[in-house]
Amino acid sequence: MKENVGKTGKRRLLRRTDIPLYIMAAPAVIVLLVFCYLPMAGLIMAFQDYNVVKGILGSELVGLKNFEFLFSTTDAFVITRNTVLYNLAFIVVNLILSVALALMLSELRSRRMAKTFQTIYMVPYFLSWAVVAILVSAFLDRANGFVNQMIRSGGGDGLINWYQRPEIWPFLLVFVNAWKGIGYQTVLYLAVISGISGDYYEAATLDGASRFQQARYITIPHLRYIISISLIMSMGSIFRGDFGLFYNVTNNSGALYPVTDVIDTYIYRGLMSMSNIGMSTAAGLYQSVVGFVLVLAANKVVTKIDPDSAMF
Amino acid sequence: MKDKTYRKKELNQLSMKWNIVFSMILCVVALAMVLPLALVVIISFSSESSIAHIGYSFFPEELSLEGYRYLIKMGDQLFRSYGITIFYTVAGTALSMAVMSMFAYVISVRGFWLNRPLTWFLFFTMLFSGGLVPSYIVNVKYLHLGDSIWIFLLPGLVSAYNVIILRTFIRTTIPEALFDAARIDGAGHFTIFFRIVMPLFKAGLATVALFNVVGRWNDWFTGMLYVENPNLIPLQTLLTKLQNSVEYLKKNSAVLNTPDGLQLARSAPSISLRMACTVAVILPMLFAYPFFQRFFVNGLTVGSIKE
Repeated sequence: MKENVGKTGKRRLLRRTDIPLYIMAAPAVIVLLVFCYLPMAGLIMAFQDYNVVKGILGSELVGLKNFEFLFSTTDAFVITRNTVLYNLAFIVVNLILSVALALMLSELRSRRMAKTFQTIYMVPYFLSWAVVAILVSAFLDRANGFVNQMIRSGGGDGLINWYQRPEIWPFLLVFVNAWKGIGYQTVLYLAVISGISGDYYEAATLDGASRFQQARYITIPHLRYIISISLIMSMGSIFRGDFGLFYNVTNNSGALYPVTDVIDTYIYRGLMSMSNIGMSTAAGLYQSVVGFVLVLAANKVVTKIDPDSAMF
Repeated sequence: MKDKTYRKKELNQLSMKWNIVFSMILCVVALAMVLPLALVVIISFSSESSIAHIGYSFFPEELSLEGYRYLIKMGDQLFRSYGITIFYTVAGTALSMAVMSMFAYVISVRGFWLNRPLTWFLFFTMLFSGGLVPSYIVNVKYLHLGDSIWIFLLPGLVSAYNVIILRTFIRTTIPEALFDAARIDGAGHFTIFFRIVMPLFKAGLATVALFNVVGRWNDWFTGMLYVENPNLIPLQTLLTKLQNSVEYLKKNSAVLNTPDGLQLARSAPSISLRMACTVAVILPMLFAYPFFQRFFVNGLTVGSIKE
């Protein structure tokens, strides 16, 4: 930023020619101030006994009471555990599946087929969680759902209420999340694979390497780099639950909370019940602060490995 | 590069046996991706009696258009929601792109003394946020945006991530020399922005706009959190309300006020009606998808470019 310093050696802050820049920046600055920074100031509510009538300015400060409440119940532990474990499972499962798919797609003899598959895989990515929730309910509905129907035609009574059976949901959520998300990642990895120079493969062929050896010793090492970067980056958001998945797809079923409640759904319910705004805000602050630290850490690690991929 | 890829393929292809195995695996995955959608479409065309008898099935006993017939008769809510979603998507994206691209230009100008502070001001919102509760309180209690059309336009106007992509686009696609030349010719920042940056920058703008359009079209959360008034409920939020019952659709139908409205509402085929409504929500996306997915793939790879 040495250019700031004018030719004469003194900083000229307010140049007339810069006025259009101020005007162009103003709308975004106002929006960010009002809708991002104002709520940050609103985090003071985490330290208040928030009163809906008195508002943020009039409510009484109670110090760390809200945090004491939050962490004195098992809630904090359950939602943290669920959020982190689900995210870890999502990261690992989606990574393995999408790399496998990308490898297979890149090896297919017919380019047209590979393109078609790739297009189909991305379809779920463009559906909202609201739609996905209805798709899932078509399978799990108690009275008419496809799954119970199958059980019935197999001779069972098929009246299982899947939305009351916590044991299946960890697997189901990982599956649904993969269903929606792997297409996108597959396309990303495929783009990297198609960018690998053909020379490597040519040389390997001349040396008599089989197709699988080529995948093992050329393609995968080339992917290792982008994989490690995206793994570290996703560690930064491991504290953030995908609200739509955990709220809509589970139909917000109370019986499932022990295994499906994540920080985001917990905060949302707290807000909706309007009974304990302070504690919900405290949970939100807890999430933001830990998330912030994780992102900084992830970025630090990435900077070590490869400064070009760092965010800042 | 192209020739080499072809040569490589000729020299060395996957054996036929493995090609078939891979094709089959990939085909199964593709089926898993589309079958749930197919099931919902089929249910929407199934008759109530078939559903009562054999439940949701890929092979219903009897097909019927009742769901769609009732949807047209009682679907005022659906059409209103369509209106809201289209407004939200089009106006929201247009406004957002205008604000974001101007800001992206400002932070791409080299030598502007506020360049770094503004970038950090923006970037910090990606790292830390006030979270749901304070945002809700600010928007509803202090800004009175609850149950108003503005809730769809204002809060989501600036996405830091998008602005950074836009800035990267500007920095990488437009040579610095061009700016210098324009400046020497006496062009101000407005002229540079509208006459030079905008025209050269269409591809980047279109890609980011596409992400925005998809995001807004699929947003159900804003409606669920902030809106009570049925006239302001977007499509996706409508769907979340339909997940458990179609009452919401019936309740907000003008037909109810006619003499045989109640009768009609009572006889409506709830399940196929709900699925018909779902199909009506998915359809535009599925039709548009083949056209935009190519741009989307390009955007994916460009988005990861960093300076």
